[in-house]
Amino acid sequence: MTVDLSSWFREVANWVFLIIAIPTLFGAFRAVTSQNIVRAVLYLVVSLAGIAALFITLGAEFVGWTVVLVYIGAVIILFLIGIMITRAPLGTKADLSHGSNVKVPAALLSVVLAGVIGWAMVDAFENTMIAPFESTPTSDLADILFRRFVIPFEVLSVLLLAALIGAIALARRDEEDEATK
Amino acid sequence: MTVVQFTLLATALFSLGLYGVLTRRNAVLILASVELMLAAVNVNLVVFDVYLQDALHAGQIFSLFILAVAAAEVGVGIAIILLIYRNRQSADVDQLKSMRG
Repeated sequence: MTVDLSSWFREVANWVFLIIAIPTLFGAFRAVTSQNIVRAVLYLVVSLAGIAALFITLGAEFVGWTVVLVYIGAVIILFLIGIMITRAPLGTKADLSHGSNVKVPAALLSVVLAGVIGWAMVDAFENTMIAPFESTPTSDLADILFRRFVIPFEVLSVLLLAALIGAIALARRDEEDEATK
Repeated sequence: MTVVQFTLLATALFSLGLYGVLTRRNAVLILASVELMLAAVNVNLVVFDVYLQDALHAGQIFSLFILAVAAAEVGVGIAIILLIYRNRQSADVDQLKSMRG
């Protein structure tokens, strides 16, 4: 037995969820199917903004705004820079995806995966309700992050530093290369 | 609100990301699809954190960690793609077949 649909639709929070979830799914779908590379990345912004809005409706405000800052603010800009530097083919005629010999098995695999995970989720949590709009104070998160999880936090800082140095080392042009060219 | 509606949305986003990884030819768009999959995992973590209401908020903390790791991954990934483009004049993964037997 699943949740009664009519009582589900009577709850205002569920309408908010639907209003956010539909553009999120649409943005994700267009991000993986659009034949215009810049549009594909910009549809990803729609999808990630929807995810951030979902986090805020769930009360995870700090995580939501971090998604806005890190994903929409920084990662998307990195993608656009990557597109610009690699001179990716612009326009709608560009050949960005494989043909139907790859698309059909990939779509089949994705649908099967979604079916299996979705079935497992419905089977395990079919009537489990969560309390909406109970926001987590950022000061609580800070306390937990800097007391209980301070070692993983420091490891993460070292990882970010290593990634930063690695990215610079990979992307810079060596002067000997320039001389030989 | 139920847990299932969020986890089903996350499942759909994850599957769309997988479809993108499998069908895209441009390396930047493959990375973008991987980001979509990571964001879907974050949705699950935050929903279960809100559902469990544990004192440590481990779900939200872990989603913050995943965000940071994803940002680092994109930085290094874009640098590698840039290097491949510089050597091969292309970011099309189909043309990187020099290791094919």
